[in-house]
Amino acid sequence: MTRLTMAKALNAGLRRALEADPKVVLAGEDIGKLGGVFRVTEGLQKDFGEDRVIDSPLAESAIVGTAVGMAMRGYRPVCEIQFDGFVYPAFDQIVSQVAKLRYRTRGAVAMPMVIRIPYGGGIGAVEHHSESPEAYFAHTPGLKVVTCSNPVDAYWMMQQAIASDDPVIFLEPKRRYHEKGEVDESATPVPLHQAAVVRPGRDVTVLAYGPMVKTCLDAATAAADEGRDLEVIDLRSLSPLDMAVVAESAQRTGRVVVVHEAPLNLGLGAELAARVTEQCFYSLEAPVLRVGGFDTPYPPSKIEDGYLPDLDRVLDMVDRSLAY
Amino acid sequence: MLVSDGPDDRTQPPATGVAPAVLPVRDDAELVQLLTPEGERRTHPDYAFAGSDEDVRGFYRDMLLSRRVDAEATALQRQGELGIWASSLGQEAAQVGSGRALLTQDFVFPTYREHGVAWTRGVDPLRLLAMFRGVDHGTWDALETRFGPYAIIIGAQALHATGYAMGIERDGLVGTGDPARDTAVVGYFGDGATSQGDVNEAFIFASSYNAPVVFFCQNNQWAISEPSERQSRIPLYKRASGFGFPGVRVDGNDVLAVHAVTTAALERARSGNGPTLIEAYTYRMGAHTTSDDPSKYRLADELEHWRLKDPIARVRAYLEAGGLADEAFFTGLEAEADALATKLRADCLALPEPTLAETFDWVYAEQTPYLQAQQAAYTEYAATFEDEATALEGTGGAR
Repeated sequence: MTRLTMAKALNAGLRRALEADPKVVLAGEDIGKLGGVFRVTEGLQKDFGEDRVIDSPLAESAIVGTAVGMAMRGYRPVCEIQFDGFVYPAFDQIVSQVAKLRYRTRGAVAMPMVIRIPYGGGIGAVEHHSESPEAYFAHTPGLKVVTCSNPVDAYWMMQQAIASDDPVIFLEPKRRYHEKGEVDESATPVPLHQAAVVRPGRDVTVLAYGPMVKTCLDAATAAADEGRDLEVIDLRSLSPLDMAVVAESAQRTGRVVVVHEAPLNLGLGAELAARVTEQCFYSLEAPVLRVGGFDTPYPPSKIEDGYLPDLDRVLDMVDRSLAY
Repeated sequence: MLVSDGPDDRTQPPATGVAPAVLPVRDDAELVQLLTPEGERRTHPDYAFAGSDEDVRGFYRDMLLSRRVDAEATALQRQGELGIWASSLGQEAAQVGSGRALLTQDFVFPTYREHGVAWTRGVDPLRLLAMFRGVDHGTWDALETRFGPYAIIIGAQALHATGYAMGIERDGLVGTGDPARDTAVVGYFGDGATSQGDVNEAFIFASSYNAPVVFFCQNNQWAISEPSERQSRIPLYKRASGFGFPGVRVDGNDVLAVHAVTTAALERARSGNGPTLIEAYTYRMGAHTTSDDPSKYRLADELEHWRLKDPIARVRAYLEAGGLADEAFFTGLEAEADALATKLRADCLALPEPTLAETFDWVYAEQTPYLQAQQAAYTEYAATFEDEATALEGTGGAR
């Protein structure tokens, strides 16, 4: 057992992947000597060399586009996009190439690639540094999308994503980078695309992922003081969704609240609401409700606390669910 | 009216809002040419064709057969058998000359018009037609033939070529001095693609990492309806110097010069000296695709002018004048081309179509439960229609 921050746990996961497979290469802006702007790759270039931990010129489309070529040559590239809002220049390569090459070639060309994206708000940043772009990628056939909420998952999910023969968008909740947890490097990890019930409860199912898991756990603690027993599920995998765990819970509680930072319109919450309704219609006591960012661009940081779902907004929506 | 080589005195009036002063994009003095349009050999201070007469006859055959494949595909499209076709007519020398400069271990990242290069890599032309027929998205074995999937997004493949070359470097297959091991990549694109960010980013990455890649730009003068001077105010090959590697302009209709220039660039890449930009100056004799009508934007005179520079006719003139091939060679090739086209047509019409149900298998290495459920539901749904058809047949009833 080692007590690690999420950033250190990601670093340890990357290190193990680099050790385990000589074909794993890391590429991104400032990931070498600096160790990345969040220090997630700290020390890796020193230990694995400039050929395996590559400082890239400042061009996101090229970081991903050259990774496509490296993957075709038999490598397993792990790209770092420095911030969520910087992924859009690479969007074409991700959506038109990374996601489709396997399909285009009827499975002949594999794209084992991880694209790491620090995402989400709450760090007082300037524009383009606080976004939650998961829905774009979850909407794209051919990609898998995962996000970790704690150091243990960060450590294991990074290694699992790199070992996956499918391209994985790996979203790292940047405001949780410095939160600590006990990581057991010899444990057996939960499968990559499996959701986890992180707090069992009877009254309302709260679905969350990434940075919102802690918020929802805090809300559940507060709700317990008022005699409300919330079940919190950490989805972990956003595409594919682990509907078995979600549906089992929804059928038991009859009430579902989805929480994410991203805007509500056509977000993960919308998909979850549809799927829960399809699968659990006769068990539901209330419509599936959503708490999310508003359908505005991400606000200036002085007012981001109002934009981001917090404990009170989660509890307010839980109340509304229970009022049905 | 006379039409010169230079777009600077093209006769079309500039469109409204277009900057009128356009620098000359053509400079014959800078064009590497080893075989004139009349079929006469020329020497060049930096480049020489190192192949044999047998090689020249082989190039002639490659170009002739590629052109025949292209003509058959165009005809099949006109007859409704292909959804669309992007003709390579006129670009045979650029494609065969560069394709034949490759070694087996080299890798090609093509656009969707590289039918002549595909031919040199041993890709069955039927697989190209299958893609344009809508049967698949391109299913030749890219890894076995070392000829990548056709790229439809303009310029995206330049980055793939660069990344693949970066992989070769990491494999230690650059500059070993062993010609059987040293490896390079060619990324093909057109004049229009040079405006894409991905192509410029590929130049930057290739230069920064000294990657063993040759950027092969076929400047066929037209990006659908836009002339090449809309893409650049300087000759395209000169762009390379700004990125820190050499650029060279070659007569793209001269198969010997293209072969010589590409051979040199590949050798430079394989030996660890980094990328080169080749601008093969050629002409798209056909439409952009079968959906396009070039008469709306370019003059017939221009086409006639380039017809005189035909890449195949000049090799034939050279072979005949030098007594390097006899009549039997040419008539034999015509027969071979006809047979190829006949078989290609028959095979194309007989291409089996995939089922929608099987396409679900190609999305992921490890299929998701959700997709599995969709596949099962669709298969079941589709089966009800087959049952209905069978049932109707059984009763002899009409729909």
